[in-house]
Amino acid sequence: MSGDKRRIRVLVAKPGLDGHDRGAKIVAAALRDHGMEVIYTGLHQTPEQIARTALQEDVDVVGLSIHSGSHMTLFPLIHKELAKVGMDDVLLIAGGIIPENDRKQLEASGFGRIFGPGTPTQEIVGYIEAEIEKKRQ
Amino acid sequence: MRSEEVLEGVRARDQRSLGRALSLVEAGEGEEILDGLADLAGQGARLGVTGSPGAGKSTLLSSLVGYWRGLGETVGVLAVDPSSPFSGGALLGDRIRMQEHSLDEGVFIRSVASRGAVGGLAEAAIEMVDVLEAFGFDRLVVETVGTGQAEIDVMEACDLVLVVLQPGAGDGIQAMKAGLLEIADLLVLNKADLEGSARLESELREMLELREEGVGRAPEVYRVSAKTGEGVQELAEGIDRRLRRLEDEGVLEERRARRRREAVKRLVRSSLEKRLDALIEAHAPKLGEGSPREGARWVLGTLLCPPSGSDARAGLPAEEEM
Repeated sequence: MSGDKRRIRVLVAKPGLDGHDRGAKIVAAALRDHGMEVIYTGLHQTPEQIARTALQEDVDVVGLSIHSGSHMTLFPLIHKELAKVGMDDVLLIAGGIIPENDRKQLEASGFGRIFGPGTPTQEIVGYIEAEIEKKRQ
Repeated sequence: MRSEEVLEGVRARDQRSLGRALSLVEAGEGEEILDGLADLAGQGARLGVTGSPGAGKSTLLSSLVGYWRGLGETVGVLAVDPSSPFSGGALLGDRIRMQEHSLDEGVFIRSVASRGAVGGLAEAAIEMVDVLEAFGFDRLVVETVGTGQAEIDVMEACDLVLVVLQPGAGDGIQAMKAGLLEIADLLVLNKADLEGSARLESELREMLELREEGVGRAPEVYRVSAKTGEGVQELAEGIDRRLRRLEDEGVLEERRARRRREAVKRLVRSSLEKRLDALIEAHAPKLGEGSPREGARWVLGTLLCPPSGSDARAGLPAEEEM
């Protein structure tokens, strides 16, 4: 196990009702290919499910993907649920169709980066690696 | 969280601490926690579930968990998926099939990446089950893709092993090739709703009759459909019946004693390995010359009977007597 001790663990989850999981799968595969352990839970996750999964899997990062437009309702709820189970120290990031104003508001409220469509996966990987490195020091 | 806090949390049955504890143990940093939980090691029933990818292990497990929860039993699950040999990363998706239990406080599911054959999977996984057991779950389940020595080692550390097969994945000969039949207590033919299930069953039964002459006990065969729920209750009852029988025959105690012996061996080996690495490191230039066999004899002597003086450098290979 030497060298592998501190692999970054990421939960990739899709909250809400939209069924577009291609983006989430692409990101999940990219993170895996960069040596991360990705827990993938599929569609239609409730905030409570996401928080409980994050807790059981003891992840470093929770990545949300959403295209339904309900992010301003769901994201703060997820944030709250994570705090409720003591997982508020995770890096919480998101991607999907999220307007600029909402993005700024979320990033100001405790979220890490919010990535828009067309973001190179390398950018997401680099961001996660840098942030986790900081957290672990 | 520091180890002591995590330990305290696990003892107080806090699931956040349990999640942390599992991470520490998985990373090989769980010594303090494992020591601190030793008194809680119980007799929780340990079930191993294995079979090829797509055989329906997670779905079947989800049905079994549902059945046990109906009886009021709590369940801890360790779901092992392979790591990529190229990137070392992994995509762990067993939870998808167990979503119906995701809000149930009586079910705790943890995904583990196998990290390759040399990754210490067996050691880590077995110790992680120890932690789940100490936490107090009534049932403990380890699910693995049934290939590779490390995974077989994990299965051998269980009280009872289920091997899950499916129709359409080759005949009974294929199942025999995989070497899985030898470790099975129960053979589960999943996807009984699919064509070919009855034929697979008769082929397997034939195969098992052939091996009956030999040593070992014959596995029982169950046909189930995790999808429709057909046969799941019979399987659950069969598991408990088999466990009772193994207990009555003393096999369970034998297996548990072996598990404890193997744990001793593992712990000694890993501690020796650390000292070996340090010793070799310290004497790298010297050991880099001369005969490797002589070097090995000297290293072995030093490891097992360290010279009384603090500087082991004094007696390099030539003075070795064996």
